Amino acid sequence: MPNELSDAGVAAIAVTPARRVSSFFYKHPKARLRALIALPALWLGLVYVAALLMLLVTAFWTVDEFTGNTKVAFKLDNIISLFTDPLYTTVTLRTLGIALGVTLVDVILALPIAFFMSKVAGPRLRNVIAISVLLPLWASYLVKAYAWRSVLSDKGVLQWLLAPIGLNTPGYSLWGAAITLGYIWLPYVILPIYGGLEKVPSNMLEASSDLGAKTLTTIRRIVFPMILPSIIAGSIFAFSLTLGDYITISIVGGPNQMLGNLIYSNVGTANNLPMAAALALIPIAIMFGYLGAVRRTGALDNL
Amino acid sequence: MKLKKTTGLLVALAVSLALTGCAAGSTTSAGSMLDKLGKSESTLTLLGWPGYAEDGSNDPKVDWVTPFEKATGCQVTFKPYGTSDEALSLFKTGQYDAIAASGDATLRLVAGGYVQPLNTKLIPSYAKVYDFLKNRAWNTVDGKTYGVPHGYGANLLMYNTKVVKPAPTSWSVVFDGASTYKGKVTAYDSPIYIADAALYLMKHQPALGITNPYALDATQLAAAVTLLKAQRANVGEYWSDYLKSIQSFETGNSVVGTTWQVIKNSMSAKASVDAILPSEGATGWSDSWMVSSTSKHVNCAYKWLDYIDSPKANAAATEYFGEAPVTADACQYASDKAFCATYHAGDAAYAAKIWYWTTPITACLDGRKDVKCTDYSAWTKAWQEIKG
Repeated sequence: MPNELSDAGVAAIAVTPARRVSSFFYKHPKARLRALIALPALWLGLVYVAALLMLLVTAFWTVDEFTGNTKVAFKLDNIISLFTDPLYTTVTLRTLGIALGVTLVDVILALPIAFFMSKVAGPRLRNVIAISVLLPLWASYLVKAYAWRSVLSDKGVLQWLLAPIGLNTPGYSLWGAAITLGYIWLPYVILPIYGGLEKVPSNMLEASSDLGAKTLTTIRRIVFPMILPSIIAGSIFAFSLTLGDYITISIVGGPNQMLGNLIYSNVGTANNLPMAAALALIPIAIMFGYLGAVRRTGALDNL
Repeated sequence: MKLKKTTGLLVALAVSLALTGCAAGSTTSAGSMLDKLGKSESTLTLLGWPGYAEDGSNDPKVDWVTPFEKATGCQVTFKPYGTSDEALSLFKTGQYDAIAASGDATLRLVAGGYVQPLNTKLIPSYAKVYDFLKNRAWNTVDGKTYGVPHGYGANLLMYNTKVVKPAPTSWSVVFDGASTYKGKVTAYDSPIYIADAALYLMKHQPALGITNPYALDATQLAAAVTLLKAQRANVGEYWSDYLKSIQSFETGNSVVGTTWQVIKNSMSAKASVDAILPSEGATGWSDSWMVSSTSKHVNCAYKWLDYIDSPKANAAATEYFGEAPVTADACQYASDKAFCATYHAGDAAYAAKIWYWTTPITACLDGRKDVKCTDYSAWTKAWQEIKG
């Protein structure tokens, strides 16, 4: 019975076009690879690289003052003004400062939390902490920013907490924006560091202490070098996400603006797409520099 | 070698994409006036401020679009926008038949050839519209009417009655005297706010020779920018989202600054605030419905323009949004009997104190021929610098 079936099955195979294609790819593995990669490559090429190139090209165009239409002509004016106009240099430095500050604070907060999760807490407590770290990610970014708007206000929780010890809420200011951004990106920093710490074998910590190293020495000489790539991976998230932010700053940042706001107002209000494109090159250039610098540490494998 | 070829191809592709994108963006049209109405086209796509064309989908009780659809057979699709600048870029796509635009967008629409001159004889309701809203700089160019009014209002001065004492009567409380309330002053976040400073300078520094806050030459703009940069040091935050402004006043983060009547009306009773029209007058808006120069549904668009100025529909629309209606007849249809009094509808003396938003252009709006005025793009750049 089984024999009959398989014989019939073999005999029944007809040479359809689909089968011809399939046997062609079976015989030519290189062609198979190319065909498989063609679609994602096309997507990457068209949607990603072409968009970036267009951005680059647009930055050199200008806007006709009367009609408001984009004029296609190669001019360096926009790029030059990025370096000479005090408005753009001030805002770039401010944005960079906030991004660095947020990244630093997030790493400092994330290290002990991640360490506690991976090395100290038992499996049940670890799950509880993991869930509470991830939980804020379920709420929308906007909801969290508006929640902080109410926390930071003059009648908010923070003022109520700080007033007894003679302090005031930072209110809607650069500090307020930095605190909010630090809160929003914290999970993105904790998770890679936690992943990195999981890879550090616990018996290495024990061996270090057996050989007489104090806790700080162990952290400095054993743990830190091993999780440095994960820290950098986490910092890439906090840094790049802050660099491009323009919503949080407009909700809790008071009258201040960041690079994102300048880009937004050049697209929306000013109808000056070339200038917006030129401004957008600043965070791209900064990120390329940063990624280039950390590439050698192996951090990119931890993303 | 192969890689280079691919890169070259991609660059070529990007450039060609960019070029076609640009070509599609430059639309020009002479725009001729309609002689008589024809048959309705059955569909109509509108663009306007949120709340300008409600069909009951946001609130079942608020609906003035469905009666229009039943009467004319024009099926309405409505797209709301957030700022005048967003409206402009949406309308440029040519997908919309008509737009409700504020004065800071209308002249840009006319100059760009995106809207057509209107034959007001085909819009019977227009005859009843208050005269002070007709033939104004923001709806009429070279004697041709491009827009029919929707509603109007003023940018008022709101203050916290417990904190700001004595009660202000002048805008000086947010300009020269702003340091008293350092960090608690608020202002509208748009380049058009520069006109508020210009209006203040017009009254307090006559030597500058400002006669229209929307017609500023380079020196006058610089003076307004200086004033606003000084104000910036005392500003707690700028607002463009009116809910954000309500919240700021309720928590006490803002105690004095620009507001709209609708914000004052939405404040909870325990927030002790008042809103006034200061002695210098104020800037304000008067919105106009305009018809696209490339519209394929012109008859439906004209019917809509007529309908929105008709008393019942106009009362419903303006009362819902919180602004003054454009005809005296509309007042009787308002659900709140005090509606027209609250918003000072038809009060010509009140309306005369309002400088309605108008797009600043290089040809001075005050009629000066010897100088070039600063245009909206210069104002935008200045506004970015003021915020710093």
